[in-house]
Amino acid sequence: MPKLSIDGIEVDVPAGATVLQAAEAAGIEIPRFCYHERLSIAGNCRMCLVEIEKAPPKPIASCAWPVAEGMVVHTDSPMVRKARRGVMEFLLINHPLDCPICDQGGECDLQDQALGYGAGGSRYAENKRAVKDKNLGPLVKTVMTRCIHCTRCIRFITEVAGVPDLGATARGEGMEVGTYVEKALSSELSANIIDLCPVGALTSKPYAFVARSWELAKTDGIDVLDAVGSNIRIDSRGPEVLRILPRTNDDVNEEWLGDKSRFAVDGLKRRRLDRPWVRRDGKLVAASWDEAFAAVAARVGATRPEKIGAIAGDLCDAESMLALRDLMGALGSENLDCRQRGERLDPRRRDFYLFNSGIVGIEEADAILLIGTNPRREAPVLNARIRKRWLAAGIPIGLVGAAADLTYPLRHLGDGPGALGDAAAVLRDAKRPLVILGAGATARPDGAAVLAAAWKLAADAGALSPDWHGFNVLHRAAALVGGLDLGFVPGPRGKAVAEMLGGGVDMLFLLGADEIDPGRIGADTFVVYQGHHGDRGAARADVILPGAAYTEKDATYVNTEGRVQRAQMAVFPPGEAREDWKILRALSAHVGHTLPYDDLAALRLRLGQVNPVFDRVGFLPRFGCSDTAGPPGDPAALGEAPFAPPIETYYQTDPISRASPTMAECAATFAPVALAAE
Amino acid sequence: MLADQDRIFTNLYGVHDWRLAAARRRGDWDGTKEILARGRDAIVDEMKASGLRGRGGAGFPTGLKWSFMPKQSDGRPAYLTVNADESEPGTCKDRDIIRHDPHKLIEGCLIACFAMGAVAAYIYIRGEFHNEALVLDAAIAEAYEAGLIGKNACGSGYDCDVFLHRGAGAYICGEETALLESLEGKKGMPRMKPPFPAAVGLYGCPTTVNNVESIAVAPTILRRGAAWFAAIGRKGNTGPKVFCISGHVNKPCNVEEELGIPLRELIDKHAGGVRGGWDNLLAVIPGGASVPVIPKSICDTVLMDFDSLREVRSGLGTAAVIVMDRSTDIIRAIARLSQFYKHESCGQCTPCREGTGWMMRVMYRMVEGRAEPDEIDTLEQVTRQVEGHTICALGDAAAWPIQGLIRHFRPVMEERIAAYRQRSGAPMPLAAE
Repeated sequence: MPKLSIDGIEVDVPAGATVLQAAEAAGIEIPRFCYHERLSIAGNCRMCLVEIEKAPPKPIASCAWPVAEGMVVHTDSPMVRKARRGVMEFLLINHPLDCPICDQGGECDLQDQALGYGAGGSRYAENKRAVKDKNLGPLVKTVMTRCIHCTRCIRFITEVAGVPDLGATARGEGMEVGTYVEKALSSELSANIIDLCPVGALTSKPYAFVARSWELAKTDGIDVLDAVGSNIRIDSRGPEVLRILPRTNDDVNEEWLGDKSRFAVDGLKRRRLDRPWVRRDGKLVAASWDEAFAAVAARVGATRPEKIGAIAGDLCDAESMLALRDLMGALGSENLDCRQRGERLDPRRRDFYLFNSGIVGIEEADAILLIGTNPRREAPVLNARIRKRWLAAGIPIGLVGAAADLTYPLRHLGDGPGALGDAAAVLRDAKRPLVILGAGATARPDGAAVLAAAWKLAADAGALSPDWHGFNVLHRAAALVGGLDLGFVPGPRGKAVAEMLGGGVDMLFLLGADEIDPGRIGADTFVVYQGHHGDRGAARADVILPGAAYTEKDATYVNTEGRVQRAQMAVFPPGEAREDWKILRALSAHVGHTLPYDDLAALRLRLGQVNPVFDRVGFLPRFGCSDTAGPPGDPAALGEAPFAPPIETYYQTDPISRASPTMAECAATFAPVALAAE
Repeated sequence: MLADQDRIFTNLYGVHDWRLAAARRRGDWDGTKEILARGRDAIVDEMKASGLRGRGGAGFPTGLKWSFMPKQSDGRPAYLTVNADESEPGTCKDRDIIRHDPHKLIEGCLIACFAMGAVAAYIYIRGEFHNEALVLDAAIAEAYEAGLIGKNACGSGYDCDVFLHRGAGAYICGEETALLESLEGKKGMPRMKPPFPAAVGLYGCPTTVNNVESIAVAPTILRRGAAWFAAIGRKGNTGPKVFCISGHVNKPCNVEEELGIPLRELIDKHAGGVRGGWDNLLAVIPGGASVPVIPKSICDTVLMDFDSLREVRSGLGTAAVIVMDRSTDIIRAIARLSQFYKHESCGQCTPCREGTGWMMRVMYRMVEGRAEPDEIDTLEQVTRQVEGHTICALGDAAAWPIQGLIRHFRPVMEERIAAYRQRSGAPMPLAAE
């Protein structure tokens, strides 16, 4: 632990730290543009210059200078100030200074630091450089004249996103950041370069000229468009959510966010269910809440409890699922399911369906086997973590399932369960092997056998030990783990999804369940759809109860690791739509089984009673595997059918992203490429 | 003046054959095995004792540089990289060494590799040196054929490979770390230091980068002894050195001379004197484009070595003497150099990327005189803002010629501005701000 002095403050920092990191430890802020703690060090902006005694007698870039015992650093000497002013002047001579029309205005590093180090006027009397804008696809808008060549975007796309798309061409003043041959950035994480760009060169294309950062109300939320549970900041103005940005959580999403999670936000304003509807004479007609509740209550009264079923969808919060479960219980029905794709996940033990190692656990793994999953499409942020691990340690990675480019080299071992036998070779000699089973791989007739085989494979490879749990299920639906935790599954005599369809029940309650083919629902089944978008489920419904999207409610979600996280309401649901648990609470009164909670606090108390994990918000303890007995499944039942690619189009997977014009544009932009690659 | 028997490059002008047999007749590859038999430390000590300073421009002691390489390998191989990307304007010494005396370089590679425990030497040659690359390639093949390099080189039991790599013509690739990047197949952009190449260099392995001339003189030093080499020149500036004399002289030439020879003697003896006589001299750039210009008053007495030129706030650089007589528009000459540096800046770090373009544009206005007198001060400040603030030395190299110009020829610049004003009768039209 070298000890050094920075501006007279003594700090101890680990050996190998840089002077800039040491200064941060001492609480001294050093201006920077190119340095970013999650990217490699470039040292090219020269803004972080400091003076170090007994070093070369010139300003030194602190971001790349290693600390040494007894070093004496000055960050505010005349030499340092002069140097930083000089660099700032250079950065500004060719910068257009078009802040009034720049979307970065108000959250621009260059603006902020020019306040400290900029001159009052310009000494540069020549013409400024102008650079042609690049078309990087539907998400990232470029104004390349503003670029200060910090190369953060290039480093992110190369290192974290792992696609060879972005680089710098030409040199000197003529250096330009771009794709060389014009193309859209082919990464699901591409828009993170908008956050990384310290100036307005890369801004959000859908958000162009929409709002100023200081007009926005900022609310902490949880992303539900994949099962990672990325922490997000919801920026809203009045009744509108204008943009979504990642929030730093090193255990979950670091500070990245998938493009869908960021840009599907415009889907929240389209195809919304903003009032109740009731089907009369085959046509949906607008109704009042009372009429809608009365229609449901009448039907409930006329149906035997065992002929009532409920299915929860991908985006549901734990509160509403619990309310629906309790309501169904009060009605006497055991027909519940949250596995709307028919995943054969076993709810009996929590580690049968969780990403047990945790997302941070990936960084300890020394071999990874992926089964029936494409993490790049199912959970791009998690995939970046696997790539990070591969970059750090070059671990062997194997894949059983549809072949795909996951941004790191992997051994493709086979397409179907037949390859599982040889797959263990990838994990051989590993001390911390990791098996990642896509939840989608169990949504097939032999799903239980796949689950059991994957568990056995993990057990045989030594992945299950008291201090390491290397059996991981990667979900794609944000609600599924929460549903399983709440026991939103069929009771002993209850029916699962497949049995409820095709006329298995007379009355079906769909809580945001849009991924089941409406054609499979029995023609005479009375369907109540509660949700926020007019998607497949609503189109089939007999009664529509308008609910709230994930930005519009105080809600609890459980991510694929089993991490319980809370989101806050950013805006109100549109029109007459209401928070989902409140709708169910009101409905319960209409059907004569009033639920015993009147406010969110009481409901959350009940959550903790049903499953104590809901009392542990945010924090996730690390655990090993104490019982290696696996889920039951007949190995002989393993089929030969190849694992289907879990997600065909990353950009359109749920009602919100399907309603989003931006996502539609992305799907159109990237679909032909995907075809050509096949 | 250097005696003929003290010359190292005895075929500098290509009078003789460059091939192995002829090179052997000139003394190359003589007793190489015995030199290697002296051992690593003895060779490095001998090089240190000779006082040889790097011939690529910075003048860092070569023996000391060699001694930085790890004595014990940590499992990584070590490499020697020879910088033959000679692109400094006015410099053409490495080119003549390579095309007329390639075996001196190859023998030097073997000895240097051995002295540093390197497994291979990579010679990075400038892309435009097409014919030179052909010669060097053939010479390397000859040396392999004769068992002088490769497995059991010269029968010493030491294995040493020599590879030739052609650049693509970027000046910046002559900077040692940019050269390594380029050699690795990446864009030629200098790396941050530390880590220095001796710790983390080519492919992440310990590497030393030396100039062609530094490597090529090593065998002769070891054959004739450090004392012989150190006796030539002045203290701290020892040995013979190839000077490249160009510009307004009667006979531009490359010549090997003693370090510390007076500039005037160098020009008069070897280059046939300044065009129109010594009194017609305006200024000299004594060490390639990147060192400050010195006016005639200094040229009259200055000695051509590292320390003497540093005392007059210039530098020996690559010893490329660019002579300018009184017909020269000195502002335009320096502006052209600014254009060169603007063109060759890699664009990685801010001060150089932005500053070189700024300096060039102001310089070209200065050529016309279309400027305010106080812009000379602004220009000087801009050079100071670039100098010492960049990753590599290209920023310094771009700043120094302008600093030299302002230091010695400010009255000329002011005159030019006054003349422009008189002519145009109006204040300088500025571009819109």
